[in-house]
Amino acid sequence: MKHLHRLFWLIVFLTILGGVINLPEKFRIKFFIPASKIGWKDFLIDKEFTRPISKINIKIGKFHFYRDLNPKQGIDLAGGTHLVFQADTKGIKEEDRSTAMEAVRNNIERRINLFGISETVVHTSKQGEDYRLVVEIPGVENVAQAIDLIGQTAQLDFRELPKEATVASSFGDFKPTGLTGKDLVHSRVEFDRNTGKPVVGLEFSSEGAEKFSEITKRNIGKQVAIFLDEWPLTAPVVQEEITTGKAVITGNFTIEEAKKLSIQLNAGALPVPIKVIEQRKIGASLGAESIRKSIRAGLIGLVMVILFMIGYYGYLGFLAVCGLVIYGLLTFALYKLIPVTLTLPGVAGFLLSVGMAVDANILIFERMKEEMRAGKPKHVAMELGFGRAWDSIRDANICTLITCFVLFNPFEWSFLNTSGMVRGFALTLGLGVILSLFTGIVVTRTILRIFSLKEKT
Amino acid sequence: MKWMKFRWLYFTISALVLLPGIYSLIRWGLRLSIDFVGGTILEYQFTPHKEKKQIEEVIEKLGVEIYSLQETSEGSFIFRLPPIEKEKGEEIKKQLGKELEAEVKELRFEVIGPILGKELIKKTVIAILLAAGFILFYVAWRFKDKKFGICAILAMFHDSLVVLGLFSLLGHFLKVEIDTLFVTAILTTLSFSVHDTVVVYDRIRESQKVFPSVPFEELANKAVSETMVRSLNNSLTIIFMLLALVLLGGETIRWFVTALLVGTISGTYSSPFVAVPLLVVWNNLETRYQRKK
Repeated sequence: MKHLHRLFWLIVFLTILGGVINLPEKFRIKFFIPASKIGWKDFLIDKEFTRPISKINIKIGKFHFYRDLNPKQGIDLAGGTHLVFQADTKGIKEEDRSTAMEAVRNNIERRINLFGISETVVHTSKQGEDYRLVVEIPGVENVAQAIDLIGQTAQLDFRELPKEATVASSFGDFKPTGLTGKDLVHSRVEFDRNTGKPVVGLEFSSEGAEKFSEITKRNIGKQVAIFLDEWPLTAPVVQEEITTGKAVITGNFTIEEAKKLSIQLNAGALPVPIKVIEQRKIGASLGAESIRKSIRAGLIGLVMVILFMIGYYGYLGFLAVCGLVIYGLLTFALYKLIPVTLTLPGVAGFLLSVGMAVDANILIFERMKEEMRAGKPKHVAMELGFGRAWDSIRDANICTLITCFVLFNPFEWSFLNTSGMVRGFALTLGLGVILSLFTGIVVTRTILRIFSLKEKT
Repeated sequence: MKWMKFRWLYFTISALVLLPGIYSLIRWGLRLSIDFVGGTILEYQFTPHKEKKQIEEVIEKLGVEIYSLQETSEGSFIFRLPPIEKEKGEEIKKQLGKELEAEVKELRFEVIGPILGKELIKKTVIAILLAAGFILFYVAWRFKDKKFGICAILAMFHDSLVVLGLFSLLGHFLKVEIDTLFVTAILTTLSFSVHDTVVVYDRIRESQKVFPSVPFEELANKAVSETMVRSLNNSLTIIFMLLALVLLGGETIRWFVTALLVGTISGTYSSPFVAVPLLVVWNNLETRYQRKK
């Protein structure tokens, strides 16, 4: 009994927490009854509320969890831009292609973040022999600006300090030398012969070697900085003039760091030209009308489902609807926490999962009715109903989860979808099914048990 | 109820639904949207509002090649064109504004490469086959018999074929195009179909344990009777939802929801009337074969 009540309060707690998380950040409650209606004075509530939990910010050691709790909507629901870039990898050796693409991806992501657009998804994709880059930006109206921003190829350049300065006070003090990524032939991770530590080796073209020799000559004992897209990578101190056209960047690199830097340098050195092959601009205003209608229709459908459940199963149906409301609150709270960017296929996945949650309830109720018809007392029938229905609920839902797993492709197998709407669908359906198992089995059952207890006493 | 006595009737109904669809699929295929074949979609809003005819005349005069021109319920116009450059789009917009003496607002400019569509389809088909394989093994393992798994998968393909066939016909006669959302609808149908079938099969499995000596066909009848109310009720709730969306929902998702609706109805029908009869037929053949031996 104690266990049961604890479970009940846990459900109440989760529901309230879910409800709070689901609230919009700011909302206004307006309530007005004119004096004539109640024969007293005007009754008016008009107040703006702020969600009690404005954001979640948890820091435990290295673990950092931050969520702003604003709903994330995909470009199909909120509008935005979907861009696909095709990389021209002809000039790059086959074995270097994926590293080069990875570098391009990192640069572009940084560029967009610097530009101040959040919630951007940038990922590389390989279609057959073609290397591509998919960029999804929700809510950007100006596609041309986004393309310009992304389409610039990575720029690597070497900078020196002005003559009079000896120590850099900030990276802004460095001035361009004219030596850029175009002069770099290759960069790779090497190991220092004396210390065995990883270093990054640079190899310049003959022209670049000349420039580099001059730069190093006039900067001995001073810093020379390497910038990537206006972003300082490193600023080593020149030890001696270098005429061979080869240089190493030493520093306390780990192998990973050296590898990363080398990738970035290669991207600057071998800028992979990219061009837009797919461009989708979906104005929010366009989708909004259709979405508004659909939300209204969805609500009407929902009311019909609720009426049907209560009409057909009476009291049980009402409890099931309570379970479904809790299910809805928890699911949307989870979407905000993960966060899941909602798209139309995602909503379809959610609706299907609601259908399956209803199904679990119906299965249980039909079993209960059967047991009751067989003459079992109500609370026994209830427990039996849950037990008997469980096998079919489990097997049916596991089949759905299998489908979700393959469609979501968590291991990024290249022969399956690695991006896009199919994954969104699989994610919301999968999450929905898992949660519906929880609400169908734990929540509805607990509510039923609590209520049947009250009946008995 | 002796449901299984009429199994050939169910197969006939399925055949009557499937054959026109299959014929249409072979003969006309599916009408692919530019999601799959690539091209450009432009959507313009004209202020003041222009008639479709006026715009068509201007388009012809300008010599712009378009696949189709559609007026939306919001009063804007959707142009489908072969792939064009951004600059060309700007030019069309300018010329249209000049010729029609109207202010043109660009609501959409989409260029879609054709390869993506093929790639998506290929990968999704692989995913479906893979998922089907996994489900087959899972069901076969849970039900301790491979025929359960195979029949569940057959019913699943039956349902997707119903939806595919219908949309092939719709494409031919009503020019309904299938887009990436349609792929989602097919996936939903697949998941729903298996889910529904497993619930019915579960009853057969349970009865098999309780009444091991009762003939399989009778167990199947019993299972179908026992799950009929549940199947109808469950599907009704989903159908309520989808019907509301088809009738009242936005234009952009209407065909998507229609596909879901058809998939759900077929998925509900196929569990007792395709998946179970197939199982019974298979079982009867098996027994006959064993007797001959």
